[in-house]
Amino acid sequence: MMKNIIEIKNLSIDYPIYVGTVKAVRNVSMKIKKGEVIGLVGESGCGKSTLGLSLLNMVRAPGKIINGEILYNNTNILDIPYKELLKLRGHNISMIFQNPLNSLNPLYKVSEQFVETIQSHKPKIKKKKALEMAEEMFEKLGIEKSRLYEYPHQMSGGMRQRIMIGIALILNPDLIIADEPTTSLDVIVEAQFVDFLRNLKDKFDVSIMVITHNLGLVAELADRIAVMYGGKIIERGEVEKIYHNPMHEYTKGLISCIPNVKAEQKKLVTMPGAPPDLINPPSGCRFSPRCPKAMDICYEKLPELKTYDGHEVACWLYETEKENS
Amino acid sequence: MKRILKYFTIRLLLTIPMIFILLTLIFFVLRVMPADPVKSMLGAHAPKRVIEQKRKELGLDKPVYSQYWDYLKQLARFDLGDSMIMKQKVITPIKEKLPATLELIIFGLILALTLGVFLGSYGANNRGTKTDTTIRLYGLVVFCIPAYWMGLMLQLIFGIWLDWLPIAGRTGSRVLVANFNNTGFYLIDTLMAGNFTAFFDVLTHLALPALTLALILSGIFVRLTRANMLDVLNNDYILAARARGLSERKVVYKHALKNTLVPILTMLGMQFALLIANAVLTETTFSWPGMARLLVKRIHLRDYPTVQGIIILIAVMVSLSSLIVDLVYAWIDPRVKY
Repeated sequence: MMKNIIEIKNLSIDYPIYVGTVKAVRNVSMKIKKGEVIGLVGESGCGKSTLGLSLLNMVRAPGKIINGEILYNNTNILDIPYKELLKLRGHNISMIFQNPLNSLNPLYKVSEQFVETIQSHKPKIKKKKALEMAEEMFEKLGIEKSRLYEYPHQMSGGMRQRIMIGIALILNPDLIIADEPTTSLDVIVEAQFVDFLRNLKDKFDVSIMVITHNLGLVAELADRIAVMYGGKIIERGEVEKIYHNPMHEYTKGLISCIPNVKAEQKKLVTMPGAPPDLINPPSGCRFSPRCPKAMDICYEKLPELKTYDGHEVACWLYETEKENS
Repeated sequence: MKRILKYFTIRLLLTIPMIFILLTLIFFVLRVMPADPVKSMLGAHAPKRVIEQKRKELGLDKPVYSQYWDYLKQLARFDLGDSMIMKQKVITPIKEKLPATLELIIFGLILALTLGVFLGSYGANNRGTKTDTTIRLYGLVVFCIPAYWMGLMLQLIFGIWLDWLPIAGRTGSRVLVANFNNTGFYLIDTLMAGNFTAFFDVLTHLALPALTLALILSGIFVRLTRANMLDVLNNDYILAARARGLSERKVVYKHALKNTLVPILTMLGMQFALLIANAVLTETTFSWPGMARLLVKRIHLRDYPTVQGIIILIAVMVSLSSLIVDLVYAWIDPRVKY
């Protein structure tokens, strides 16, 4: 058994706004092991980015973590003082964001942004040493050293995304959270980037949490997948299991939505209905209004995650099957 | 570098037609206005013969177009000419008064920027709080108050009621200007002379007029800084900077503020003309012996050449300021190319 790096326990996050409270994340529990890549999949607004930000205790106002724990090395990072939290961010846990074109400050050289990151965590490191570290990182990233001294606007999007990863990795963190890392890259750059991420795991001993709506991406990268819907994790398991044997109707729908190049397919498959209103979520299973196999109980009671056949799913369908058999 | 040089040469050359148009306008407007320098000099009851003679002496008997042509020829030699009222060159009083105005403007501008940027950033970072609302209200109110009224109120409060600060002039009666008058910038002069009593005296005299200018200008900077800061704070690089573990102070004052400064600078260039307009009012309110007050006096006396000279100088100052803004712009933002 590998060591758990992060353990999320019963986490709930709210966004109180004018018209009500958006219940973005509800009672999510999760473990991330050392060196593993976990994919967090779901559609827009299902709470996956909020969950990612909460790992740095950086949920944007008015968002609020209303209960739960996030344990890193057995300390709850939601309880530690602000100064300790700053030490954690970018040092133990790093994050990269979806828009690489906008993730580097345009007014500072890339070198400066490396140096400030290193020095804010390790003030004893001199600027010269920090620059050496950054140059070394550039070599590992496969970018020419001299480009370190350029401004972000002089580089391409793919290069900037690699640099973001470089900054995230420079202090050897235990976990990198990648929030939609390929969304704004074009297909070819995306493919290169996925290769790059895959190699990363071997070069650096780091766990990665990939947050995306792109099932193809997690299929290539992840060891385990967690599918989120309406602020809850509804299915979780090894990649192969989820792909070959999806259990939740939502996951099935998601997988059938991936266009297949080989099969003769005239029309793009879509999922009927709209994502749930998280201010007044449906009582019972959040997916019940869109679910083709919904039963009476689905509208009344919320199913819990239960393990069947090695992977976890929150669906009444299997619960009742078990009872019947 | 070559391109920057080319850009600035073109910019400088472009100010020539601008000044030319302004000059033509002021030249004719002055002459359309009722009364002329001769009347203001000799009074309404002078004998006709004397008036005629004086008019001829000043060249006012010639047709306006030929006066205009003569003036242009004179300007082409970089000569602003002689005053029509005083027996002095136009440049003499300007030279004397310019430092006073510059001192006031620069001090006011620095104060306005400090106040505006600080309050604006504070408001943006504490959005929706009572302090933020107060700051927004302040920005709006202050921007709406006319400069002369603001000046009068400050005089009343700090000069009369509280009796903290002097309300007129550049120095007190016990400070001998002749002792240190080198550059005309009294703050610098007194410091160079090492005379701290005088420095303090000059500073207290500068306080109220500079504050008047600063308060009025700070309104626009508060609103601008707050709006832009809010915009910048929503950027991904701010989120990314926080995610790297940078302290909030560094995120706001290093990453966000520099990006906020870019539009503020643009505004600064545009506000410079307004600043001078407000300086005219402020100098009058506070009997500040500056160029703006000189301008007002000479307009009353219909001293054509001096008024024209001052206007040209102000035009040059405004275009120079926007040129400086452009330079700073390129220095702050590496993406700017000329």
